[in-house]
Amino acid sequence: MTKLFNPKGALALLSLLTLSAGAYAAGADLGQATKQPTNWTAIVMFGAFVLATLWITKWAAAKTKSAADFYTAGGGITGFQNGLAIAGDYMSAASFLGISGLVFANGFDGLIFSIGWLVGWPIITFLMAERLRNLGKFTFADVAGYRFAQTPIRVFAASGSLVVVAFYMIAQMVGAGQLIKLLFGMEYLYAEILVGTIMMMYVLFGGMTATTWVQIIKACMLLGGATFMAGAVLMQFGFSPEAMFVKAIEVHSKKDAIMAPGALIKDPISAISVGMALMFGTAGLPHILMRFFTVPSAKEARKSVGWATTWIGYFYILTFIIGFGAITNLIPNPTDYFVGGDITKGLNGGGNMAAVHLSKAVGGNLFMGFISAVAFATILAVVAGLTLSGASAVSHDLYASVWRKGRVDQADELRVSKITTVALGVIAVTLGIAFEKENVAYMVMLAFVIAASANFPVLFMSVLWKDCTTKGAVTGGFVGLIMAVVLTIGSASVWEAVMLYPKGSAWFPYNSAAIFSIPAAFITIWLVSLMDRGERAVIDRAGYPAQEVRSETGIGSSSASGH
Amino acid sequence: MQDDLVARVTSNPKYQELKSKRHTFGWTLTFLMMFAYYGFILLVAFNKPLLASKIGSGVITLGMPLGIGVILFTIIITNIYVRRANSEFDDLTSQVIKAAAK
Repeated sequence: MTKLFNPKGALALLSLLTLSAGAYAAGADLGQATKQPTNWTAIVMFGAFVLATLWITKWAAAKTKSAADFYTAGGGITGFQNGLAIAGDYMSAASFLGISGLVFANGFDGLIFSIGWLVGWPIITFLMAERLRNLGKFTFADVAGYRFAQTPIRVFAASGSLVVVAFYMIAQMVGAGQLIKLLFGMEYLYAEILVGTIMMMYVLFGGMTATTWVQIIKACMLLGGATFMAGAVLMQFGFSPEAMFVKAIEVHSKKDAIMAPGALIKDPISAISVGMALMFGTAGLPHILMRFFTVPSAKEARKSVGWATTWIGYFYILTFIIGFGAITNLIPNPTDYFVGGDITKGLNGGGNMAAVHLSKAVGGNLFMGFISAVAFATILAVVAGLTLSGASAVSHDLYASVWRKGRVDQADELRVSKITTVALGVIAVTLGIAFEKENVAYMVMLAFVIAASANFPVLFMSVLWKDCTTKGAVTGGFVGLIMAVVLTIGSASVWEAVMLYPKGSAWFPYNSAAIFSIPAAFITIWLVSLMDRGERAVIDRAGYPAQEVRSETGIGSSSASGH
Repeated sequence: MQDDLVARVTSNPKYQELKSKRHTFGWTLTFLMMFAYYGFILLVAFNKPLLASKIGSGVITLGMPLGIGVILFTIIITNIYVRRANSEFDDLTSQVIKAAAK
């Protein structure tokens, strides 16, 4: 199986995880779950969340008139609000439940994993955020294709966006179905339709305004709930981490091995490769890039990433404490939390339930209902953001720019984006149902690898390198995209875990393609651009000074509401 | 954007100053971040015993403060950039924009 993230040791010792080892390579996906008894507290709380967010959607719908309102909330979101919304987009249910579950099973290894998810943010801040805001309008293709021939670059950007959105979305939808079985005791099929319907209502009626506020509310609930849990755990030990660790070592079957790196990182190439995918993939996720167009200025764009990084980093520190809290609270009470009261049989509902069980241990049934509702709200909000970015790729890049060559009125473009939203909603539900029993563990990681190998190099080179041409960017982007997909298929997490070829037959020996596909994309862009002698190449290069002035100063960039 | 406007901006020394300052600062911080993160990952890959060594007489290992340290470093370095860009760089930018509008 996977070499890098391999909690098999934990499986053997504790059998804590119902997940396959590959799940962690893929970004702590939620794995298969067993249906639990109906949890009414959680359902009532989730119902309250849905009612509140639909009320907000109604308010947002009144404000969503133009294409700019729909795609970017009219550019009227503040940096602080947008920072929370970005954090909301990024703190998925998988990272909350998956990372705390990983800490519960392995201790320190969970920390290594969470760090990887954070380190892309400074890179976005230092090199991309303000330039994105200055050059962009609705989609990242506006930025990448600022001075290029529109048709090829938009076709590429829309492909890159839609492929990333598709893989990310399937992982989220399957996760949603599993989670709702676990937390609410509801059927998988109903869970899928429920997620699809509510999410479509947010996007369809409230556009970016509603999607942003759903994210902000959810981020506050998640941060609040996690803070309470971590605080309650630390209070048990008189706010002494030392005392908490002593107790954890005493009760955990791996003893003081939980305080040091274990089996998670085995070969350095995989470690660096996964690190690269996470670091640069974050800067190529379309639903994250889209958020930089919702703020009125470069200053607010920077504030957004500042706040987002702060909240996400804080959140990962909390999940670490929560994981250790689960060790100290759950293991001493096997009858309440483990299958048949037997620690070796694992947690009720699987290893991802560590945080949920801890919420019951520190806050009773009511608080557990709250945490369950938050976990589900999280998936709903992330799926809404993904759908909106997919819809804008189709309507703004493919329909308005490629198909109609920019000769299209706003009402028309808006209509197409709404039709696309419905189509994507139906596709999401269908794929969610189709992949129910499939192993989707590799999909989130694949989305990151593609974002890092296709979207990021094109964006980076077109903004920062004066000699980049349309031909170079498009060729290099597709090389990165294809390599990312092909090498991922050849890795153990797909070749052996999904396509069921015998163990050890995977022909790509590492966990992530990024260490090869990212340089391949950059080198192709560089080489093809240098050798490009076409007429278009002259125009592309001549366009750089004007692009640079706008990207550095914001002169000529879209204003707050007018666009 | 009109060519004369572009020429006016690019010939402004303030614009060149803005560009080079932001460039140097942005890339320096990028390399610092990469050094911190990949340094940590390489330590995990090649020197697990060092990270597993205990600090003082307690149970806390060296890996713990280092790991939490990388998270805090990420937060701090990001906000350092935001702070400087939102004051010094933005002041320079508004001077460049004013000069260009004349």
